[in-house]
Amino acid sequence: MANTYELISSSTVGSGGVSSITFSSIPQTYTDLLLKLSIRDGDDNQAFLKFNSSTTGYTAIRLQGTGALAQSATDSSTSQGVFGYSVNQNASRTANTFGNAEIYIPNYTGSTAKSFSSDGVEENNATTAYSKLFAGLLTATAAITSITLSSNTTSAIFYQYSTAYLYGIKSS
Amino acid sequence: MALFNKLLGRTTMTRPTRIEIDCSTGVESIIELTDAEIAQMEADAQAATARKAEEDAAAEALAALKTSAKAKLVAGTPLTEAEAATLVI
Repeated sequence: MANTYELISSSTVGSGGVSSITFSSIPQTYTDLLLKLSIRDGDDNQAFLKFNSSTTGYTAIRLQGTGALAQSATDSSTSQGVFGYSVNQNASRTANTFGNAEIYIPNYTGSTAKSFSSDGVEENNATTAYSKLFAGLLTATAAITSITLSSNTTSAIFYQYSTAYLYGIKSS
Repeated sequence: MALFNKLLGRTTMTRPTRIEIDCSTGVESIIELTDAEIAQMEADAQAATARKAEEDAAAEALAALKTSAKAKLVAGTPLTEAEAATLVI
């Protein structure tokens, strides 16, 4: 059971938006990592999560509800990592609202494969309002020293006022 | 270069950028994407869009099969194998 919960770093997107946010030189002094995201982006798809510079070795399972349908899918590696979380907060969603997601990464300093889980929801005053759960694995065994969160395209940016907070958690 | 273009009254395209935060120093940098990074993102996006269209089509097809199966059950008419499969876990 985690008994500490410390903010490592955070970022708020400025005017013009950005296509990705990277946390680098992550301290190796915690047991687990937790990312808390509040994002509005330009896409209605899930978004990418990349550990270190790994572009291979990912697998993930996704469960999602669209507001009308239940779906499941598996995802694999891309040059931007893997689909690892979703906020689905594109321009068709209620104006000025942000989707939110949490990504949990246990034992990120260990020398075994790296796992993660995430949950994410969008805000939309309509029938279509996605919520998604992910469970994923990266087979690479190096400790995680950087995490990149990428939007789906260069035009589907993370808009201004989107935020990302990285927390370190110790088990003792 | 941006200032030079501005002085000459030129308009320039804004390149996509990314944020990098060095957690050891807390320094946040905003970096322009390279042409290669932009091209790769667009290629990944196209693949993701195609993937989503496939998933949506499969989900809608399954929903249609379930609706058809329910209607046939109520009417007492035979189900196809695909319709029956949606009702048997």
